[in-house]
Amino acid sequence: MPSSRNPQLNRHGQLQHLLTLDGLPRDILTAILDIAAPFTEVAEREVKKLPLLRGKSVFNLFFENSTRTRTTFEIAAKRLSADVINLNVSTSSTKKGETLLDTVDNLCAMQADMFVVRHEASGAPFLIAQHLLATGRDHIHVVNAGDGRHAHPTQGLLDMYTIRHYKGGFEHLSVGIVGDVQHSRVARSQIAALTTLGVPDVRVIGPKTLLPTDVERMGVRVCHDIREGLRDVDVVMMLRLQNERMNGALLPTAQEYYKVWGLTAEKLALAKPDAIVMHPGPMNRGVEIDSAVADGAQAVILDQVTFGIAVRMAVMSMLAGQ
Amino acid sequence: MKIAIRNGRLVDPAHDMDAPRAIFIADGKIVAHGAAPDGFTPDRDIDASGLVVAPGLIDVAARLREPGFEYRATLESEMEAAMAGGVTSLAIPPDTDPVLDEPGLVEMLCYRAKKLNRAHIYPVGALTIGLQGQRLSEMAELVEAGCVAFSQANVPIVDTNVLLRAMEYAATFGFRVWLQPMAPFLARGGVAHDGEVATRLGLPGIPVAAETVALFTHLQLAQLTGARLHVTRLSSAAGLSLIEQARADGADVTCDVSINHLHLSEMDIGYFNPNCHLIPPLRSQRDRDALRQGLKDGRINALCSDHTPVDDDGKQAPFSESEAGATGLELLLPLTLKWGQECRLSLKDTLSRVTADAARIVGITKAGHLAVGARADLCLFDPGAWTTVNRATLRSQGKNSPFLGLELPGRVRYTIVEGQVMFAAEA
Repeated sequence: MPSSRNPQLNRHGQLQHLLTLDGLPRDILTAILDIAAPFTEVAEREVKKLPLLRGKSVFNLFFENSTRTRTTFEIAAKRLSADVINLNVSTSSTKKGETLLDTVDNLCAMQADMFVVRHEASGAPFLIAQHLLATGRDHIHVVNAGDGRHAHPTQGLLDMYTIRHYKGGFEHLSVGIVGDVQHSRVARSQIAALTTLGVPDVRVIGPKTLLPTDVERMGVRVCHDIREGLRDVDVVMMLRLQNERMNGALLPTAQEYYKVWGLTAEKLALAKPDAIVMHPGPMNRGVEIDSAVADGAQAVILDQVTFGIAVRMAVMSMLAGQ
Repeated sequence: MKIAIRNGRLVDPAHDMDAPRAIFIADGKIVAHGAAPDGFTPDRDIDASGLVVAPGLIDVAARLREPGFEYRATLESEMEAAMAGGVTSLAIPPDTDPVLDEPGLVEMLCYRAKKLNRAHIYPVGALTIGLQGQRLSEMAELVEAGCVAFSQANVPIVDTNVLLRAMEYAATFGFRVWLQPMAPFLARGGVAHDGEVATRLGLPGIPVAAETVALFTHLQLAQLTGARLHVTRLSSAAGLSLIEQARADGADVTCDVSINHLHLSEMDIGYFNPNCHLIPPLRSQRDRDALRQGLKDGRINALCSDHTPVDDDGKQAPFSESEAGATGLELLLPLTLKWGQECRLSLKDTLSRVTADAARIVGITKAGHLAVGARADLCLFDPGAWTTVNRATLRSQGKNSPFLGLELPGRVRYTIVEGQVMFAAEA
């Protein structure tokens, strides 16, 4: 059965595609972070380009709208001298006609070397990777830029980069992830990376309606009380609360959410004094995070964005180097 | 056509028989066991050495996709699959297009099937018009046209008052009502069991409560109305417990399970394998183990293929957007045997779940057993042979199965329907 083999590693155990951080060996995670480090300096040079992907075509294949993630991938690819083609394929048009794999086949015929894929359905990048494998096109690489609720591996990696940058390592840390874990691909990738990298204490914090069934099986501790959850943590990772979740069967109102789970200076004071505050963006100020915290001394949110480019460069160069 | 089958091992669960014995067929019926009747000169002599001679299998749920979904499968293709699988009687769910809510349509389907002269079909009529859960179908007329029971296939009735009335009306005539327990709001948007795997893969979940809440409603309404309830495709341990409780309170309720839920769990989804996208969803290993045990000790009455051919386009999509269902007709016998071997059940008791027990649910009396006078529907198979499931050898137009690549026990050698050899394979 083609679906039973982990399709993101090649026969030699090297990274062929980046689809999820779940099940990825620790060595590979660490290698990506190590490769990313020198790339952070590229941005500070006068000529912000490296020739590693010269002559390669990177297709940003976005079935779901995104400006920020697409832009950072575009910048990363361009800094590596790749040709970047942006495609916004609205899902409604694919539902009417062309299937996902037909789209992929067409782009393969245009000599694509790498696909950066965002899709609203969990597992869509796996389908593409399995299709490429089944049709013998293993020179083409797939990077998952977010699939449904499943994974957002480059976000998870840039978060790990940020944590390592500020905390020096992982094995002594307590990390609290606050908010809508249920619908969050970011949270799933963070949990996979943190547990693989050896963080001994990962807590997920939120109301029962926003925490998925059996989430403990992923190696985390569940806290419904944010005060208990944040006590003595080194890292606070906030999640975005989507507008459509705010008023309905999952949560009564944004106001109540802010009151109970919103990150304020008072709640942050329960964490270690040198704790850092992270957020994948875009933020809802006054819903999941108070402006005083978002703009405060402990926030490293803009660094995450900067590191994100270096991490995406690292991923792309690693894949292209295989 | 007169056939003599000699040297075989006759296994007839309905009559508690498992013995080496010859069997003789004439004019579409079984005419004798052991010794040939006086003056019997067979047109065909089958040497069944090393083979099991069993009643033809009865599948409680097989979608043939006609009318309406001929691009996925046709009567012709699926009847060939049934013959290759040793399945001689099929109960057909009503979710065709148009749905089986029209006596004329049912008659046409029965006529088409009869003309093909392969497996016997037993249509299950729609409980409500268009399966929309609003207006009752013409049940009395549908039964005259050939329906053996009424169901909603996988489309739940939202309005419980309509469900109550539908069951009352069916009970008026003593008709059987087959219901899939799936509470529509709890299952809404879900594609996988709400558990560890769905959480890890970020797939929208369907909680076990979707089954138990609906099942509780069905059991209560059956008790209230006196309807003869059959629960289709049980998926959870909790669901089975509810049925046991209802039986302890005196309810006369039967249930079945599919070959998929008997052998697979949520873990088999692996990396989003769309062949494991099924309705109801594959549940935990604990649930699967409870279903296996329940089928073994008879608390679950029958095993079915839940054959649902899906074309490749329907499966070549992200898991949640792929079509649910898997092919199964040709896997029913091998997967029944595999289960029986794994839980150390006698061959007779193993086969009972797909012959005698299934016959009782569908209401078939003249087949599903090998008594003298019975319709000569037989399946002769080699229990010691192994076959690998692959797309090339599957005759069904649906090539998608969670069992692709697996080696399974049992190989059908002859399928006999109403005294005619409809399928014969090389040794």
